[in-house]
Amino acid sequence: MLAFVVQRVLATIPVMGVVAFVVFLLLRLSPGDPAAVIAGDYATAEQVERIRAQLGLNLPIYSQFFTWLGQILRGDLGVSIFSNLPVTTLIAQRIEPTLMLALTTIVFSIVVAVPLGVLAAWKANSWIDRAVMMFAVIGFSVPVFVLGYFLIYGFALGLNWFPVQGYRSPFDSPAAFLHHIALPTLTLSAIFIALIARITRATVLEVLSEDYIRTARAKGQSERKVLFRHALKNAAVPIVTVIGLGVALLIGGVVVTESVFNIPGLGRLVVDAILKRDYPIIQGLILFFSFIYIVLNLLIDIAYTLLDPRIRY
Amino acid sequence: MTASSPVLDIQGLTVRLPAGADRLNAVEDVSFAVGPGEIVCVVGESGSGKSVTAHSIMGLLPPGQLTPTAGRILLEGDDLLRKSPAALRALRGHRMAMIFQEPMTALNPVMRVGEQIEEVLAIHTRFDAAARRQRVLDVMRSVHLPDVERLIDAYPHQLSGGQRQRIMIAAALVLDPVLLIADEPTTALDVTTQAQILKLIKELQSRRKTGVLFITHDFGVVAEIAHRVVVMQNGRVVEQGRAEDVLRRPRHAYTRMLIRAVPTLTPPQRAPTGQVPIVLEARQLAKTYVIGGFLGRRREVKAAVNVNLAVRRGETLGVVGESGSGKSTVARCIARLIEPSAGAILLEGTDVAKLTTGALRPHRKRVQIVFQDPYRSLNPRRTVGASIIEGPMNFGVPREAALARARELMRLVDLDPDALSRYPHQFSGGQRQRLCIARALALEPEILIADEAVSALDVSVQAQVLQLLDDVRRRFNLALLFITHDLRVAAQVCDRIVVMQNGEIVEEGVTAEIFRNPRHPYTRALFEAAPGRAFAFGAFETD
Repeated sequence: MLAFVVQRVLATIPVMGVVAFVVFLLLRLSPGDPAAVIAGDYATAEQVERIRAQLGLNLPIYSQFFTWLGQILRGDLGVSIFSNLPVTTLIAQRIEPTLMLALTTIVFSIVVAVPLGVLAAWKANSWIDRAVMMFAVIGFSVPVFVLGYFLIYGFALGLNWFPVQGYRSPFDSPAAFLHHIALPTLTLSAIFIALIARITRATVLEVLSEDYIRTARAKGQSERKVLFRHALKNAAVPIVTVIGLGVALLIGGVVVTESVFNIPGLGRLVVDAILKRDYPIIQGLILFFSFIYIVLNLLIDIAYTLLDPRIRY
Repeated sequence: MTASSPVLDIQGLTVRLPAGADRLNAVEDVSFAVGPGEIVCVVGESGSGKSVTAHSIMGLLPPGQLTPTAGRILLEGDDLLRKSPAALRALRGHRMAMIFQEPMTALNPVMRVGEQIEEVLAIHTRFDAAARRQRVLDVMRSVHLPDVERLIDAYPHQLSGGQRQRIMIAAALVLDPVLLIADEPTTALDVTTQAQILKLIKELQSRRKTGVLFITHDFGVVAEIAHRVVVMQNGRVVEQGRAEDVLRRPRHAYTRMLIRAVPTLTPPQRAPTGQVPIVLEARQLAKTYVIGGFLGRRREVKAAVNVNLAVRRGETLGVVGESGSGKSTVARCIARLIEPSAGAILLEGTDVAKLTTGALRPHRKRVQIVFQDPYRSLNPRRTVGASIIEGPMNFGVPREAALARARELMRLVDLDPDALSRYPHQFSGGQRQRLCIARALALEPEILIADEAVSALDVSVQAQVLQLLDDVRRRFNLALLFITHDLRVAAQVCDRIVVMQNGEIVEEGVTAEIFRNPRHPYTRALFEAAPGRAFAFGAFETD
């Protein structure tokens, strides 16, 4: 087991290297000169050139890459071109709301979707099943921002149950945090509930026709335990896979949701940085998200071996 | 029957099939009883209703699809059909228990086997964890599992087929039920394992006085363990009585047909093949699988070692062995579905063992395989016609010519040529195996490999398909490589036999010679394990 984890961790190193290279190249090759942007509309060619030299943009591209790589390895993601603050500081400032929103979304989605999916599989082709699947189709099809504004209109403006926008830290006030995070979580969860419920239904349905389910019933096991003890654990691998993929997709949804609910998180940082062509921030964030994604994949792989004793690498 | 009242008494049971099925009832007016300490075998072919009967007793029929509409099922005098789901659950695993055909799939793969036995105790008793563990260890010992302290924490995939079935039996018997229902419990097992499991069931039921309802299609097994026999056909009981009477003096024509269809262990007289040319030869063939590597533990599995065999034109060579003996590996190497690790495969002198994909292509059509499971070896989304003509068309035969040939082949395998436009699910198992044979023949091979091609079929169908294989061999002068685990089948169709064990050939010779005088201890063990070997099937006494 330990050997497996070590092996997987080692395997992520080249992946990170490739990611770093691609991120670096992608931005250098995209049009637009940040030096010109910083210098402003009325700058002379000399001024632009001076700024370029300051940023190291006049060096050959490979030496820019290795300088940058060396910095990352020391935990230095560079300095924002516009605010002059270190990128790590900027990320640290903004990470909490994003992390919290992602966390509440994932927990809420799993807690709602897995039982729904199991229920739909158990009652396959009944009205319950059809209702769950209809909800899944709606969850898939409604765009995040439409659902967000719809919920704000109904529950914040109409019923006045929740605040329209903003964020409170759970470390200051857990109640205020929950109050503020409820609608964003609901908004962002819809699509994941739909996704996870569908996969859960499909895999549990398949597992329910297996022989060992009949064996469990032949032992006199109750339906509830047949479903959750026997069926769900066997269906776990595809469900965990889709949850892991869901977390990765979450990053895109977070950007939109943070804009709708005016939450000062990483999503907003990304949007602002792209609009200003603030290379260090963009690079830093892509690297940061890639790192999270790789760690996530590692966790999923480890989860497989815990869930299914037949899986050994 | 014993003097005491029966543990199970089925009276006039009728189970309705869903609308649109080929008949109204899955089982109709079925009545029989199982006494304490008695083994009753229910025998029948697929579709006879024997499994539906068993599942009715346990209350495990799929709800909404199969519904008991008449009759009573009395377990110790209590009508099971009138019980609430909760009351039935309390009886299942406690007073009545069931074991199934596939020990591979009947155990939950992600649960330790000990837990799966313990589950029964957790459901039905108030024992604490320590007492439960003790009971589990005890029952595992009573089914003769080795090293139970270690096995209790193993997962099913770490156990052999026989061990898994022992776990199933242990879970079924841990609470000493009065009735054990065994649904084809040895069908998926090797003969030597089957013999051990049959012995175990006999031993346990006589010690515990359990009534056993044993469902099987195999008259060999019936002859081995049954006290009484119930024969079912199309959902009805056509005959029942003492095992001795039914086997030796069957009254119903269907029973007679079933018993006659059991291949005997005495090979028929076959003309010697003589010095016709060898079409296929394997020399020092070996296949080694390497598992692991790169930081993992590297293991080598030798699936086949130093295999030498030769098949002459028009000859049937049987490759006999149990699972894991390497017989299928050899077949797959010869057909070059997998690449051998060493050795030569000579097709009329040309070595194809190491040919690249491109160079191999012209040789592909010369060797064709018919696989075991006709349900899974035809593409369910293509018409059977499309499946049959695909091969010839790959080798440049025009569509029309291929279709004409396919119609001819359909007639040859006794199927309606107009059925070419149908899909596989519209055919029965035996018909599908005929289709697979037609598909193989469409390529006009010189060598036909039948890999357990009749193992999944009912005895009566099995006899027909064996006949067909023998016919096409003679008609096209084919070399037939017949892979099987079943000695009875091998006795009927093979000119010569090689016996494989652990990847090696341990004995070879002319069929009649090997059956008369097996020399290798393993071959002898195989013969001794063959169920009902002491019984001459079909030698009926008239009363």
